[in-house]
Amino acid sequence: MNEFLLIFRRDFVTKETQPSPEELQQHLQQWQNWFGSLAAQDKLARPLQRWDGKGKLVNSGKGITDGPFVEIKESIGGLIIIKAKDYDEAAEIAQGCPVLNFGGNVEIRMAV
Amino acid sequence: MEHKELIPNLFRTEYQKIVSVLCSLFGIHHIEIAEDIVSDTFLTAAETWAIKGIPENPTAWLYTVAKNKTKNHLKRNNVFETKIVSEIKHNTPLNNPEIDIDLSDQNIADSQLAMIFTVCNPCNSEEAQIALALNLLCGFGINEISDAFLSNKEVIYKRINRAKEKLKEENIKIQNPSNSEIKDRIQTVLKTIYLLYSEGYYSISQNTTLRKDLCTEAMRLTYLLIQNKSTNLPQTNALMALMCFHSSRFDARTGLNGEIILYEDQDKSLWNKELIDKGTYFLSQSSTGNTLSKYHLEAGIAYWHTIKTETIEKWENILELYNNLIILEYSPIVALNRTYALSKVKGKEEAIREAEKLNLTDNHFYYSLLGNLYSGIDSKKALQHFETAIGLAKTTADKNIISKNIEQLKLK
Repeated sequence: MNEFLLIFRRDFVTKETQPSPEELQQHLQQWQNWFGSLAAQDKLARPLQRWDGKGKLVNSGKGITDGPFVEIKESIGGLIIIKAKDYDEAAEIAQGCPVLNFGGNVEIRMAV
Repeated sequence: MEHKELIPNLFRTEYQKIVSVLCSLFGIHHIEIAEDIVSDTFLTAAETWAIKGIPENPTAWLYTVAKNKTKNHLKRNNVFETKIVSEIKHNTPLNNPEIDIDLSDQNIADSQLAMIFTVCNPCNSEEAQIALALNLLCGFGINEISDAFLSNKEVIYKRINRAKEKLKEENIKIQNPSNSEIKDRIQTVLKTIYLLYSEGYYSISQNTTLRKDLCTEAMRLTYLLIQNKSTNLPQTNALMALMCFHSSRFDARTGLNGEIILYEDQDKSLWNKELIDKGTYFLSQSSTGNTLSKYHLEAGIAYWHTIKTETIEKWENILELYNNLIILEYSPIVALNRTYALSKVKGKEEAIREAEKLNLTDNHFYYSLLGNLYSGIDSKKALQHFETAIGLAKTTADKNIISKNIEQLKLK
């Protein structure tokens, strides 16, 4: 069994593509069920951690900007560490991630 | 009350109170002396009351006799005096055996709390803690404990003695825990009580009365923690709520021959309304502060199970709580229960897909769940799963439940 980092990214900036409150509620349920499903398969390698949504960004000019960051279209929505046999299994798991329903993506990295 | 019932009842309520007070007084190294004195007190009671009749206030009688026996023991036993009196908490001069044996309500409560924290010390395994709790905190004899654990007396006897020896080796002090000790150790204490309760609730022992007693004792200990200001914490109340909700179904969940009746098949009119109300009260008491313990989640799930009408809201809430619970701590049973709740919210097909990912292929509950989910969808597969479940089930009670499922499947 290996450990994989799953990073969820989506566009939090473009106004037209943001979910309505009803969609958000549904979205929340999807996340809960997805995490519940992963946990039920004993696939979570670490306890879940919530991260502040806004954050800060340090750029090459060493300037510090408050998030969300207009210059980066897709920012991190969250990340988890899971247990999986290989990249194939990790990718299969990631395919169920609700961020994909909002045009986001999941980046996968294996712990080495 | 009849003499025949009076002594066992008093034994159940008073034995551990006096033992707690004497243990707190003597220290961990002399638990057995405390136990001997109290056992001897009950023996004297049985003999005396049989001849002279039952005294007006049996409890006070027991306390007086226990006090006298303790004092006599201190006077008589020189070894005891030189070895132990120095350890006795009260600053009594060595040559004065007239030490104060305080059997006031307050000191009983304090001593019991101290004993709970002593017995639930993580230096012993959980199994040993439970056996010790039953023995020292609940006044259960070796016979009853071995019956509850479906184990032989020798094993239980050894387990309890080893646990006592361990407490002595570690030189555990029987004293009221400080607030920081409570914060560090309350989890272990609650867990032991929770396991004690589960032992009664889920035990495969056919002795229903005994199992009920275990549950009652676990609730009594939790209530003791609730009555004490420093241990009256949100998670303590959540545990109490959980136990009230579960116990409300005690009469509905066992048949005449001690067999388990599943939730869906229970006669709901047998659910105990009083316990449900009590559970609701403790659940509301538990919702202060920002601690969300596993007991809160389990109490929430148990609360929704006391709602008789089947609504989508009920199962959505149960699913959400199971999601949180499984994220907090993995357990195969929670994984299976979550999948069952999922079937109620999202339908059997989706639940089957989820269930097949669980891969709990050595667990008969896993195949029972699959059998249940496939019932009404694919009877052949359902039957196959139930048959695998029977093959894996270890107890007759479990096999009987699965056989019932198969019968129902064939009727359809």
